[in-house]
Amino acid sequence: MSDILITVLTLGLLGAVSAVVLYFVAQKFKVYEDPRIDDVEAVLPAANCGGCGFAGCRNFAEACVKAETLDGLLCPVGGNAVMTQVAAALGQEAVASDPKIAVVRCNGSCANRAHTNTYDGAQSCAIAVSLYSGETGCSFGCYGLGDCELSCQFDALYIDEKTKLPVIDEDKCTSCGACVKACPKMIIELRKKGPKSRRIYVSCANKDKGGVAKKACSVACIGCSKCQKVCAFEAISVENNLAYIDDTKCRLCRKCVAECPTAAIVELNFPPRKEKVEALAD
Amino acid sequence: MKTFKIGGIHPAENKFSAHQKIQTAPLPKQAVVMLGQNLGAPAVAVVEKGAEVKVGTLIAKAGGFVSANVHSPVSGKVAKIDEVVDASGYKRPAIIIDVEGDEWESRIDRSEDLVKDISASKEDILAKIADAGLVGLGGATFPTHIKLSPPPGKKAEVLIINAVECEPYLTSDHQLMLEKSGEILVGIRILMKAIGVTRAIVGIENNKPDAIALMQKLAQNELGIEICPLKVQYPQGGEKQLIDATIGRQVPSGALPIEVGAVVQNVGTAFAVYEAVQKNKPLIERIITITGKSIEKPSNLLARIGTPLSELIDFCGGLPEDTGKVIGGGPMMGKALLNLEVPMTKGSSGLLIMPSLEAEREKMRNCIRCAKCVNVCCMGVEPYLLMSLVENEMWTEAEAAHIMDCVECGSCSFTCPAARPLLDYVRLGKNKVGAIIRSRK
Repeated sequence: MSDILITVLTLGLLGAVSAVVLYFVAQKFKVYEDPRIDDVEAVLPAANCGGCGFAGCRNFAEACVKAETLDGLLCPVGGNAVMTQVAAALGQEAVASDPKIAVVRCNGSCANRAHTNTYDGAQSCAIAVSLYSGETGCSFGCYGLGDCELSCQFDALYIDEKTKLPVIDEDKCTSCGACVKACPKMIIELRKKGPKSRRIYVSCANKDKGGVAKKACSVACIGCSKCQKVCAFEAISVENNLAYIDDTKCRLCRKCVAECPTAAIVELNFPPRKEKVEALAD
Repeated sequence: MKTFKIGGIHPAENKFSAHQKIQTAPLPKQAVVMLGQNLGAPAVAVVEKGAEVKVGTLIAKAGGFVSANVHSPVSGKVAKIDEVVDASGYKRPAIIIDVEGDEWESRIDRSEDLVKDISASKEDILAKIADAGLVGLGGATFPTHIKLSPPPGKKAEVLIINAVECEPYLTSDHQLMLEKSGEILVGIRILMKAIGVTRAIVGIENNKPDAIALMQKLAQNELGIEICPLKVQYPQGGEKQLIDATIGRQVPSGALPIEVGAVVQNVGTAFAVYEAVQKNKPLIERIITITGKSIEKPSNLLARIGTPLSELIDFCGGLPEDTGKVIGGGPMMGKALLNLEVPMTKGSSGLLIMPSLEAEREKMRNCIRCAKCVNVCCMGVEPYLLMSLVENEMWTEAEAAHIMDCVECGSCSFTCPAARPLLDYVRLGKNKVGAIIRSRK
């Protein structure tokens, strides 16, 4: 009987002493954490994608709390809706920003860009790029091996079976930028989503001279500068035989799309054009 | 018989071109001389369009510390200096020369006489080797003069000559030893003088008994030169493996051979050193093996640098119809060529024509954890683990698992029963981890 008593008393005493020690230790090493960080983190999407430029959602929440204004801080996944909630939690003004979306600057499908050889190595763009210039005559375009598809954690991107090019799901893309980093050819770009998702971009990354580019791919940008001349807003620049449309200046007039001799400029989600005759009658 | 201690494989040797006399390939109509033919910085052109050049005229100067001069391999007129598509499909700068006749620079001694006396001093030898634009002819193309100048504080004790030729199919070094053994031994003595050692070991695999016998006979009269027959085992031609096989020393992880007192040079380089120092001949031509199961005449050719590879294949009977791949180098470490119009460079040791059936890679299957890759790895790393670390972008862990030790011999991919592209992933990982390590400095 006394054995049990001694055991219970010893353990009880040990527990009590430990509790007292732990209490003082906890007081001594207490770290103050702003409770607002938890509030902000609660409204964030918890994707931890890193699209905001921070290590994860909590890291971003800390940055939001520390920052004096929310200008320049954006959760691309949550967009303006989430940023408004963040602003509300912090009692600050929300700063609206243009939603963005990933675009693929290559239209070299199997039909447009003939294969000159067959690749049967490791199914990874990064490896193929380090080995050689790819299965076609164009050494700038998409290899179609799907590093971008693997990197997307929102299921917003897949490689089309027929064209062997990435297709972006507009509703799912959060413009987190993971695919931009994953693409070793730097073909994917984040651009303004545009009103009603309407946007225009040069769907080519080929910097070869016009003739060489055109020979490798029928829809290559040949750097002819016709689009640059027709653009009334100075949104288009041509460098290294490749045109680029600045999405902050582009007013979506679509003149360049009509002018491009190789159909390298792509328009998305626009209503069908009026017939030319009608346009003249107007 | 001696060999290295960790890992290794023995693929089918397929030395079809063995004992084929070295033939001189015809001159090209137009020579395309790449500016980046060595490991390190590319050379910088010193001639302009329209310049008249002779064989041996300096046309590009070393463009940095780790770089090598480039000389004109033909005589004629510089047509243009432009970018040309290289073997991997990317554009690289090159000097294109229209060939007219075959006129050599007068300083080059073109006679066949063996010059045995080494009159040049140590400094002269190094200067002549640097001037001649010599690079390691085993395939890595590291500038020779840098390898012969050990960093301060390090002392070379032994020169190891790599005459292993462990790559299947290739026979150029073997044939060179049979035909130019006297020159090679003088070359070895020049190299010994340059690095100040009294001992040299020539490692030769015992699938070349005639070369071993011939070299042993000649080396009897040479003080300090030993011929070391080695058991046939791939990748014995790797620097670290050869040092282990011949002198039993292991190069520590991340260190150079000089750390264990060894300097390794290829046997082809030794011959080129002889020509550069005794005959004033820069590196303008080399022996290349043109081989394959289906090609009409597997050959060892003495070809000028800058010759389009297609012309060499035509000389050996043309490209067979069922060709699936043409590989530059040997089958283990070589690279498939994108087109055959690319020119020969200083590093072109062979050209392997593979029938389509053999050329296809098997479809990758799941790893079955058989650990064959671990067994054959000559550097003692775990390829299966490295591959999954790279797939998951775990760079810190990959570095801790010694990914940078990999010598890219390809034994793991060769042996994998699930046809996993182990080396491809390890190479990708080495690129990434290497960049991370450099950014730390």
